[in-house]
Amino acid sequence: MRGFRRIGSVPQLAAAGILGVMLVLCVVPQVVAPLDPLRTQPGRRLQPPSRAHWAGTDYLGRDIWSRVVYGARYSLVPAVTAVLIAGAIGSLLGLAAGYAGGWTDESLMRLTDIFLAVPPLILAMAIATALGPSARNAAIAVIVVWWPSYARLARAEAQVLRTVEYVQAARAGGAGSLRVVLRHILPNQVSSLVVKASLDIGTVLLLLSGLSFLGIGAQPPTPEWGLEVATSRQYMFERPWYTFASSAAIFLAVYSMNILGDAVRERLDPRLRHA
Amino acid sequence: MLPFLARRLILLLVVLIGLSAFTFALTHLVPTDPARAALGFDASPDMVSQYRREMGLDRSLPVQYGLYLRNLVRGDLGVSIMTRRSVAEDLARAIPATLELTLASLVLSVVIGGALGVLAAVRRGGLTDMLATAVPVAQLSIPVFVLGLLLLLVFYRILGWLPFGGRLDPSLTLTPITGLYTVDALVHGDWKAFRSAVLHLILPAVALSNLTLAEMTRMTRSAMLETLGHDYIQTARSKGLPERRVIAHHVLRNAAIPVLTVMGLRVGFLLGGAVITETIFSWPGIGRYAWEGARNVDLNVVMGVTLVVALAYALINVAVDVLYGALDPRVRLS
Repeated sequence: MRGFRRIGSVPQLAAAGILGVMLVLCVVPQVVAPLDPLRTQPGRRLQPPSRAHWAGTDYLGRDIWSRVVYGARYSLVPAVTAVLIAGAIGSLLGLAAGYAGGWTDESLMRLTDIFLAVPPLILAMAIATALGPSARNAAIAVIVVWWPSYARLARAEAQVLRTVEYVQAARAGGAGSLRVVLRHILPNQVSSLVVKASLDIGTVLLLLSGLSFLGIGAQPPTPEWGLEVATSRQYMFERPWYTFASSAAIFLAVYSMNILGDAVRERLDPRLRHA
Repeated sequence: MLPFLARRLILLLVVLIGLSAFTFALTHLVPTDPARAALGFDASPDMVSQYRREMGLDRSLPVQYGLYLRNLVRGDLGVSIMTRRSVAEDLARAIPATLELTLASLVLSVVIGGALGVLAAVRRGGLTDMLATAVPVAQLSIPVFVLGLLLLLVFYRILGWLPFGGRLDPSLTLTPITGLYTVDALVHGDWKAFRSAVLHLILPAVALSNLTLAEMTRMTRSAMLETLGHDYIQTARSKGLPERRVIAHHVLRNAAIPVLTVMGLRVGFLLGGAVITETIFSWPGIGRYAWEGARNVDLNVVMGVTLVVALAYALINVAVDVLYGALDPRVRLS
């Protein structure tokens, strides 16, 4: 029983399985979706689910199942990338600010205040609109919106770590700033940054698909999930299955990410370790 | 208290000025010429250069930013390309709709989420508790737009109980007083309009409240459990107070403080979520306005909404801080 619990609970295993499959599909979607997601068939528009088209066909006669499967690549990869880049930029800046202190710290923190002053979706929308609607610009917008929270976290921890004995000792031993930051402070922050990143991915996926749904993210004919829901919207009442496939994909992905995020936190967060 | 407030307000001003610099920079990123965008492609070169002169577009960037900031301070957010009205005027018209929707969602979240959280904590391990821990994870995973469409499918299309969108039945008219239709209808004593306004409000409010309701449930539950573990609860119980009284007087009051503070900060979530919700339910608030602005690359609109929402959000944060100090005597504002 103990060994079993160490691997994870049933929902956690299921979540890991779902995400695992989705990640594989990002690389080799053709394994389960043999049809071309972009091929239109004017004679087969808006068909209900059938043997040939498991999830039906869309308004241009494209196979919905294939579009959802190929959509994993266009939906998950940007979300994960955005979190990684925002996390890297934010943590490095926060680390530098927290370690340097003084004026550097103050100005960086005021800068994060500005970005945290607007709800994420609205700020991302403003940035994406100014850059022009595209999947890449939506991801850039999300990075701009998301890095400050990492900067805050890394900065707070660096401030604490700066004063602990082993860091003082390293400095007294003649280690330069860069070495102290990279060898003694950063490694001690990795787990909290990983915890935050794993909890963030679901939220960022929701944000990105929301931008696409609003028409300022991925553009047609990309089979991105949020965009698929937006396109299917006008057919929703007569053909609910059209909306169902991509909606379910987003929900499953975010749900799995949230479950796994909590699991990662349970393992890595020192405050929860003995609870 | 006063020095604290002054410091907060100064900080707020610094943030807003910084944000205005950012929105200004964003509007200059766009590859399109603002004069062309405003006048259209068939405008003569003379008209374009005259427009550029009038709007100060021929000046240096710092001067342009100075003009921009001066206009902002005067409450001038520029003119919308789509509506040809001033953005401030459009916003004034749209804000009451968003206010009504956000308030309704906040009330739903606090009342339902709070009740669920309390029940779950009081009967720990029971069915309510299991639901109150499992359901929020699912709630937090549903995109607002999927939930909104699902609600429309079920309650409009299949059951036919609730209207498709908008704020009021088109056959009815209502002279706005506050701009909150439910309140206005009550003030006029117009029951038909009140009924219609409430029916129109239900689905968008439920869709928008989803995330905050889930958070409220989770937080109330954990705050209650934490408070229940304190010694003074044991004391209250051992004094022989009835459990109901212990919960109502000792636990609830103390658990409410952290919950309300965090919920205050979550209003930002609601304002962000309002963009998608208002778009789905054709709710004529600032979220839908921002979306229309974004679709038409009407930057004055998008940046105007960004700045106004930031101002509202910042003021709410200050209010929450002040409220926190008032509710919790342990917090000494310094």
